[in-house]
Amino acid sequence: MKARITFVNARLIDPATELDANGGLVVEDGKIADLGPRLGSGMDRDDPEVIDCKGMVLAPGLIDMRVFTGEPGSEHRETLASASEAAAAGGVTTMVVMPNTDPVIDEPSLVDFIKRRADATAKVRVLPMAALTRGLSGETMTEIGLLKESGAVAFTDGDRAVPNARVMRRALAYASTFNALVVGHAEDPELSAGAAMNEGEFAMRLGIPAAPAMAETIAVERDLRLVEMTGARYHFGQISARASLEAIVEAKRRGLPVTCGVSAHHLILNELDVGSYLTFRKVKPPLRSEADRAAMVEGVASGQIDVIVSSHDPQAADTKRLPFAQSAFGAAGLETLLPAALSLYHEGRAGLPRVLDTMTWTPARLLDIPGGRLAKGAPADLVLFDPDEPFVVDPAKLHSRARNTPFEGRKFQGRAHMTFVGGACVWARRRGR
Amino acid sequence: MTTASADPILRTSHLLGIEGLSAEEIAGLLDLAEHYVALNRAADKKAAVLKGRTLINLFFEPSTRTQSSFELAGKRLGADVLNMSVKTSSVTKGETLIDTATTLNAMRPDILVVRHQDSGAAELLSRKLDCCVVNAGDGSHEHPTQALLDALTIRRRRGSFEGLVVAICGDVLHSRVARSNIQLLAKLGARVRLVAPRTLLPGDAERFGVEVFHDMKKGLAGADIVMMLRLQIERMAGAFIPSTREYFHFYGLDREKLAYARPGALVMHPGPMNRGVEIDSDVADDVEVSVIHEQVEMGVAIRMAVLDALARGLAREGRNAP
Repeated sequence: MKARITFVNARLIDPATELDANGGLVVEDGKIADLGPRLGSGMDRDDPEVIDCKGMVLAPGLIDMRVFTGEPGSEHRETLASASEAAAAGGVTTMVVMPNTDPVIDEPSLVDFIKRRADATAKVRVLPMAALTRGLSGETMTEIGLLKESGAVAFTDGDRAVPNARVMRRALAYASTFNALVVGHAEDPELSAGAAMNEGEFAMRLGIPAAPAMAETIAVERDLRLVEMTGARYHFGQISARASLEAIVEAKRRGLPVTCGVSAHHLILNELDVGSYLTFRKVKPPLRSEADRAAMVEGVASGQIDVIVSSHDPQAADTKRLPFAQSAFGAAGLETLLPAALSLYHEGRAGLPRVLDTMTWTPARLLDIPGGRLAKGAPADLVLFDPDEPFVVDPAKLHSRARNTPFEGRKFQGRAHMTFVGGACVWARRRGR
Repeated sequence: MTTASADPILRTSHLLGIEGLSAEEIAGLLDLAEHYVALNRAADKKAAVLKGRTLINLFFEPSTRTQSSFELAGKRLGADVLNMSVKTSSVTKGETLIDTATTLNAMRPDILVVRHQDSGAAELLSRKLDCCVVNAGDGSHEHPTQALLDALTIRRRRGSFEGLVVAICGDVLHSRVARSNIQLLAKLGARVRLVAPRTLLPGDAERFGVEVFHDMKKGLAGADIVMMLRLQIERMAGAFIPSTREYFHFYGLDREKLAYARPGALVMHPGPMNRGVEIDSDVADDVEVSVIHEQVEMGVAIRMAVLDALARGLAREGRNAP
């Protein structure tokens, strides 16, 4: 690690302070030592410790609140190390990993395992969420207090719902005892049993078993009432339906401690993108109607949706090269998170600070972790990118072990040029990559 | 000695809970119990205030210390004591509570001591029976003699309750001991705190007029009395708390957490204890801080006082007079 790096000629964007100005930034001993409009302006640009940003955006490294990996248990799909390669190439400096592994991360010793494996193998920071219920069974709560002490940043059953309202009530009440954040998956398991996509005309024409968007909204409304009862801090990991967002907005208006996220692919794609049974676009929750997608975009722009996640879920041929109904849910997304989110900026729906806030400062605040901002003393987790650089998504050039991107061939603008974690460069894009 | 005289102490002919008692009635019972503490430490432990009376212990839930304590109290006061527990009663044959009670009523007992798993059972019996009813614990409602014996223990150690900070820790949600103690301590002027995870507290716990804490170290800070509650492990794990090891880590009373209480703070437990779950043996067995065995001794005395007080009412009304 370099002891000192000076970034000059950068467009500094810090969502926490709504800073968007040209200037420089100094990193010392892994932390941001200083930043300002004229900083480093007179420095020698050939000095190896000086990085000329050439007017590109220098922003806090992204914090992706929803990453599934295959470690432990399904390392052929993705390891913490391989996911971190994709993260670094995508400008993601902190991956929050889901407990949906084998074994499930529901024991303090397993939280410790993830942390130690990440320290030994991953290029970027890895923060584990622990299971909310043992074995993701939805039946008995986990040791939330001990897990939090061991380093779990939040509690979730990942992409599994907790069907039993009594179990959820108690888990939320217990979590609130420790001021722990619960991240819920809103899906009524009965209404969506067997479903592979969104219920509607297109699913009907394809003949695919489908679940209504209300399967999500009903679950959202139940959990909002449980939050009202228990006072727990609750984050909907990702929502996809307009009615779900409306319910959450109303709950926020009433002062409930609730927030929500949306995946990048739900901002870009709708149910029609399933096309001719494209299993890489089979995700959970399913891609919704165009009206729902537009509502998600509007929600991010207005600030009603707090967080954008990749919902990175690596799948291999064994789980995806199957008939649509039989194939697994999930899309790779770490490396395309920033470009996909930036499309809101290019479409004129939101400014850069607003778009970046959903992946930096807001996740940092929700998870109560350092980083996610450009401030003296903050960790030097940084991403340098040209928001206008055009490129085409080529699955063969992605860094994840999994290639199941839903964006194959898509034209995006803006991707990570360099990525720094604790002041160390973990990614520098070479020409043509 | 005034306490040994036949002055009335209780206004009612039953002891169903702390809720209906005045501070004066409570003080009267504690004063009378002091007399029986002395008697119980003498060679001749017999008194004659229940001579000729019949006491029935009707226990629908297993109990060691409460039942034997009432039995001993009745016998030392000269009563004939009949112990009935669920296993030997007709309840196991499908008889209803009221049928059992009316059957017993026909045997003309003077005092019925009842423990039942359902809240309100003692109250129900008191309306159907001619005798005095003592609630020895009904569901999650009240356990008045436990609260009284706790009060006696505290008063003998601390003299008064005014301004005393009492932290009641653990499963308040299901605890009849907590409900009785909260009310009694408030009536006598103590400041009550509840310390528990949210899952083990009633939603409206503050309505008891107490302070609620989820962090035990904060809850114990400056406490004069630390009152631990028993965790009913069999119905807890996975439902209200995730595991007993987590419970002990955050809510088990050990030296480290006790150090936050006022120096010289007393540790109480109604028993039976789950060692290593709600209390560390190191603390439970330390006679410098733990008054757990003293509580048991006070239990016999307080039950003698309660039986005596109720018998005075019987004599006054002339019911079943000898």
